[in-house]
Amino acid sequence: MLKIIRNTLVAAALISLSTATMAQDTIKMGALATLEGAFTVLGEDSMRGVQMALAEFNSMGGGKKIELITGSSNASPDSAIRAARKLVEQDGVQILVGPLSGSEGLAVKDYAKTQPNVTFLNGSSAAQDTTLREPAENFFRFSTEGAQWMAGLGEYAYNEKGYRSVAVLAEDYSFPYTQVFGFLEPFCRLGGKSPVDARFWVPIGNKDYSSVIAALPDDVDAIYVALGGADAVNFLTQYEQAGGDLPLIGGSITVDQSVLGSKGRARSFVVGTPSAGPISDTWDDSRWHAFVEAYQTQFPDGFPSPSLFAHAYYINTKAALLGLDQVGGDLSDGGANLRAALSALEFETPTGMVKLDERRNAIADIFLTEVIEGPEGNLLNKTIAVTSQVSQTFGLSYDEFLNYGQVGRENPKCE
Amino acid sequence: MKFEHWFFNATPGSGFKPSWLIVAVFLIAYPGFSSDFFTFQIGAYSLILGTIALSLMMLAGYGGMISLAQMTVAGLAGYLVAILGDNSVGVMGLGWPWWLTVFVAISLAALFSAFVGAISVRTEGIYTIMITLAIAVALFYFVRQNYTIFNGFTGFAGVEPPTTFGVYWRNPLPFYYLCLAIAVLSLWAVFYISRSTFGLSLQAIRDNPRRMRSLGFNVAAHRIFAYFLSGIIAATAGVLMVWFNGRISPGSVGVEVVIDILVIAVVGGLRHPVGPFLGAIVFVLLENFAIDLIDRERFNTVIGLALLLIVLFSPDGLLGLWRRARQRLSAARQTRLAAGRATRDGGSESYNSLSNP
Repeated sequence: MLKIIRNTLVAAALISLSTATMAQDTIKMGALATLEGAFTVLGEDSMRGVQMALAEFNSMGGGKKIELITGSSNASPDSAIRAARKLVEQDGVQILVGPLSGSEGLAVKDYAKTQPNVTFLNGSSAAQDTTLREPAENFFRFSTEGAQWMAGLGEYAYNEKGYRSVAVLAEDYSFPYTQVFGFLEPFCRLGGKSPVDARFWVPIGNKDYSSVIAALPDDVDAIYVALGGADAVNFLTQYEQAGGDLPLIGGSITVDQSVLGSKGRARSFVVGTPSAGPISDTWDDSRWHAFVEAYQTQFPDGFPSPSLFAHAYYINTKAALLGLDQVGGDLSDGGANLRAALSALEFETPTGMVKLDERRNAIADIFLTEVIEGPEGNLLNKTIAVTSQVSQTFGLSYDEFLNYGQVGRENPKCE
Repeated sequence: MKFEHWFFNATPGSGFKPSWLIVAVFLIAYPGFSSDFFTFQIGAYSLILGTIALSLMMLAGYGGMISLAQMTVAGLAGYLVAILGDNSVGVMGLGWPWWLTVFVAISLAALFSAFVGAISVRTEGIYTIMITLAIAVALFYFVRQNYTIFNGFTGFAGVEPPTTFGVYWRNPLPFYYLCLAIAVLSLWAVFYISRSTFGLSLQAIRDNPRRMRSLGFNVAAHRIFAYFLSGIIAATAGVLMVWFNGRISPGSVGVEVVIDILVIAVVGGLRHPVGPFLGAIVFVLLENFAIDLIDRERFNTVIGLALLLIVLFSPDGLLGLWRRARQRLSAARQTRLAAGRATRDGGSESYNSLSNP
């Protein structure tokens, strides 16, 4: 009888031991992106970014195996929260990378506050207030945001292009607000004008731009356009057909590869359009070349060149893995050491050095580009300049920067 | 006919069934053996979606009116909670006390539902679906483009349930029981309505509106009142939904979620008020776990296929499957009993010897 009890105890001890070591040998990491809905294609490219970072580290972080669990949202904040909650509370991930779009980021930041023992890293969401106002202690953004992406564009439009007054056409939500603010703030500080009644806000997925085109004022020098994907293609085609001849200035996803690669006469029309963003397809630098090459090798059926979504997810995932290496994969303290390591982390990315400010938002290099016609008649974004180490507050102190107020349809006033 | 007679005069139900007790014990004990995630995101969320789908089942099952605007009614109630109560966005948020907010939100949303009924009540079948879908899409675009009241694309965040009796109602355990109580209350209400004089007239109108009209019944008024009642149920669930998410935005009332409610009701079964809850459980489980079953690019296919298979093999949903299985079982028992009786009659001696040991 005693023997049976002893054997049972030994067996039980063995079982508990083996589960304990199993739990210690792997770290669960969640990746959350839009794998359904309007942004599915972008979400899939985001996941490529995550897999690139994991492949680079052989799926190991701090000597432990990384178990990747994916979650999907449809770009609505509700679905992002449900997916995040499932990954954290059901699957038990200790690190979560995501989400993709601006309003989702604001929602996940709020959720992060209720899960202090989980470390959240941004995906590619680029709304300003995710880290600027009421940030969460455990939410890190190693990718930059929409206003930072505009660094250098306002100055370039005013000084080099000689524009003095611009109309604005953008989608009506948090990310384009952030972009418009990032462009107009330096442009207007230099003396440029953009009256509030020359700003046009259209819903995402708008198909018919004829009323907007008819209402565009004649006395402006250029139009600043912050539309993405199909919206941008629709506007450019219709503007060209309507005989529009004003030069354009592009937001970060207005003249990217998905638009430049489209067919039709709108293509030739956009040559000479300046833009700015966190990556530049044609940047002649060995680090960027290596990144593009790795992307093309690992994903032959991906985009011709990694999108800014793959880039942002790659950087945030890599930051998590580097942080894990520093703490030896030890998350037994609820990840407090990992978060301390992340706060101080500074590392080399395909687009230059990145480090965090005191609200855990990235300070990184931003690229100023202009659309040119390539040797084979294809359209490319030529790198004009690199603005190094752009901070979220444009170099101002935090309190000074808050005086600018929340981004929105009428900020800055600029009259 | 007096209103009291018309509405409060219900014929008694078919009586108590022991299987209900088992389900009740399970539902009450459920949080005891499940994690917070299963209590909150699976349990409470299924109950909320089930309650909204129940309001559709009531209209479709007893009134023959398939309304796609039930989620819209629920969403409007959620929006009103954010507008009249508190939110963290800095738009609207009038700061009314929670009980007044909830009362006004449910009342206005129910009136809106009656309004939807008034618009669509003279149509039948597919035209009802189209009109209510149009209303749902109209509200979706309206809240997305209106910034002064509904805060456009961003919507509202930071909507908190009240803390009463020292209980914070979004904690998984109290929130689950709150949803369970609302669901049971709604279920009881629908049972009751279906057996009231009003409910019986509504079912008669469903079966033959022309005959009911010639008998002197006001067909339109009955239908609009049914919309109003189902609106109360949907709006109450809508308040729970905004407390569950803590936020509401145009995506919460978009076309996809509007269709989801129809899917839930159809998959569960429209013949019995329990159907929508079964549908909601299956839907929520699939939504959460399909991504673990298969390649992440294809998980929506799994959801679609599962729902398709259910409807294919059982046109009246999960309830139909259950009913057929039970019929087959009882048929088998009948045969066994009959066979047993035959043997018994044939061998009466052994029977006697058994009964008199």
